[in-house]
Amino acid sequence: MTLRAQVPPRAPPPRQHRAWSWRSPATRALLWQALALAGLLAGLLWLVHNTQVNMAARGIQSGWDFLGQTAGFDIGEQLIAFDAGDSLARAFLVGLLNTLRVALLGILLCTLLGTLVGLGRLSHNLLLRALCRAYVELFRNVPLLVQLLVWYLLLVEYLPDASAAWNWREALFLSKAGLAFPTLVAGTNDTNGWGDWSAWHWQLPALQDFGIEGGGALSPEFIAVTVGLGCYTAAFVAEVVRAGIRSVPHGQIEAAQSVGLSRRQTLRLVTGPLALRVILPPLTNQYLNLTKNSSLAVAIGYPDLVSIANTTLNQTGRAVECIGVIMLVYLALSLLTAALMAVFNRRVALKER
Amino acid sequence: MKPIRLSILALALASLGSAHAGKTLDTIKQRDQIAVGVSTGVPGFSAADSQGRWAGLDVDIGKAVAAALLGDANKVKWVPLASQQRFTALQSGEVDVLSRNTTVTLTRDASMGLAFTAIAFYDGQGFMVPAKSKVKSAKQLKGATVCVQSGTTSEKNLADFSRAYKLNLKPVVFDKFDAANAAYFAGRCQAYTTDTSGLASVRAKDAKDPKEHLILPELISKEPLGPLVRRGDDEWLAIVRWVVNGLLEAEENGITQANVDQLKADSTDPVVGRLLGKTEDTGKLLGLDRDWLARAIKAVGNYGEIYERNVGEKTPVGLARGKNRLWTDGGLHYALPLR
Repeated sequence: MTLRAQVPPRAPPPRQHRAWSWRSPATRALLWQALALAGLLAGLLWLVHNTQVNMAARGIQSGWDFLGQTAGFDIGEQLIAFDAGDSLARAFLVGLLNTLRVALLGILLCTLLGTLVGLGRLSHNLLLRALCRAYVELFRNVPLLVQLLVWYLLLVEYLPDASAAWNWREALFLSKAGLAFPTLVAGTNDTNGWGDWSAWHWQLPALQDFGIEGGGALSPEFIAVTVGLGCYTAAFVAEVVRAGIRSVPHGQIEAAQSVGLSRRQTLRLVTGPLALRVILPPLTNQYLNLTKNSSLAVAIGYPDLVSIANTTLNQTGRAVECIGVIMLVYLALSLLTAALMAVFNRRVALKER
Repeated sequence: MKPIRLSILALALASLGSAHAGKTLDTIKQRDQIAVGVSTGVPGFSAADSQGRWAGLDVDIGKAVAAALLGDANKVKWVPLASQQRFTALQSGEVDVLSRNTTVTLTRDASMGLAFTAIAFYDGQGFMVPAKSKVKSAKQLKGATVCVQSGTTSEKNLADFSRAYKLNLKPVVFDKFDAANAAYFAGRCQAYTTDTSGLASVRAKDAKDPKEHLILPELISKEPLGPLVRRGDDEWLAIVRWVVNGLLEAEENGITQANVDQLKADSTDPVVGRLLGKTEDTGKLLGLDRDWLARAIKAVGNYGEIYERNVGEKTPVGLARGKNRLWTDGGLHYALPLR
């Protein structure tokens, strides 16, 4: 015999079908949102319309046809072939690639350096801890533009002229003109497009009338921007890494130690994966910041997207369009970075099983 | 930084009330001040001294216009603008006139809502190299790295010159005049290019020893510089145009800052009488009073005086008058007649 009373399971309440009514808070909320959206759209349309009317009234030409015009200017460094006879659209592409080159290398640099400094701040070694702390405070608190100018001036002021470049075994040359290094080039008896493999050889940089020719080269502008952005962002990454590791409950580490994991194993198998979940979202922010901050490169003469857009703006007078291109490109880059990081984040996130 | 400022200007362009051409003159009279766009510091043309007082050839033209229109050469608000900002600033109404060593070109005149008034300075683009480099001609610069400022006609001229003579010049483009100067003097580039007046000005201001830098003889472009106004403001355009021409006419007829009052009182020369509003009232046609040109000359002197005071051979910039002499002396300045 059971003492438990037989209580029939309560049927779920019938889904209330609420009639459409002005009184319903849900309806009103929806209405307000629709109104706000309509207001925003109307505001935007008004801005666009007003711009067009004003520009037309002042005889300022607009439109995207200018992208097909020949550029007429040269670009100091380029990843794809470009000369003054190419179109402005291609000039923008060259600028975009230059921006991406700085952003990718900068992200790599800031991640490596930031992780090391962040770990250093948790070290048991007092000197190392103090040095890492000093690094973070210094690089985090000096404005980025100033840092870029300092790096650039250090490079062009104190390195020797190209004619007296420091060189390492006649292969690496470091001077005011930047860093020149040997590159692997295909043989000249090129038959199948890939060249004769046996004829592949190293092309060494060599001193010419005006600087160093041959081989590959990194300009001082590029070095200054990449190193400057990398070092600056590394200070923030270090703090993100430190916070991430500190967020792992101490019990987890004690547990790891009590099952006999070494310090290294603990970091790799327990602290690391747990910390990564905390680190990734703010790390994405730092990557986005680095990419957007690369637009400061224009101050030290690096031909990034902003620099090319500035030049184009002045050659053609299409201010609204050029600023539009800059905004769209940075928006796209940021969304792309965020999306990639979100995918990565999902893979390391805590899985509920 | 720069893009942000430009976006704000672009937004200003977007949010302006519906436009009415020809409003500028009314606005200026109402606020009793002219907003003049100048450079961020090109000594001899427009630069502020340690007390923030602006001086230079482009500045004097702004002062002359203020004296003619508002009766006081100091009723000017100086707005320093970087190269890339200047046109947007003028288009959006941040300044009324741009007196900022700006070259007249077809694209700027025809497609950007701007109008050129008169030519205040005949210039040409050149190269400066360190004297120790032994370069004597721009055609010897094969493969050289050249520092240049963005947002100027210089970038395009450099590419044209490089292509025409197959020099394969590599530009390093800076967004600020000062940054380009600093990079050149630090030795980043084997040559520096801009208008020769700019080269002379930079050399006088920033070189440790001006003699260590050589301005090469080739001029690779024509650079007629002059003030610009917004398109569609015909009365305002006419005032700026005729003030510049008036200063040239004054030099041609021997009217100076020192003798303008006395000539106005005593001269029997019909041309002088007309220029100074004694016999004819040219001001009325422009919407000014009859003493407009006399006041402008009294404030800044005639064109020759302005030139010698700011950029002439006795100044640190030290530019010979050259092409900027009057046509009567074999130069290019041929003022339109004021009658």
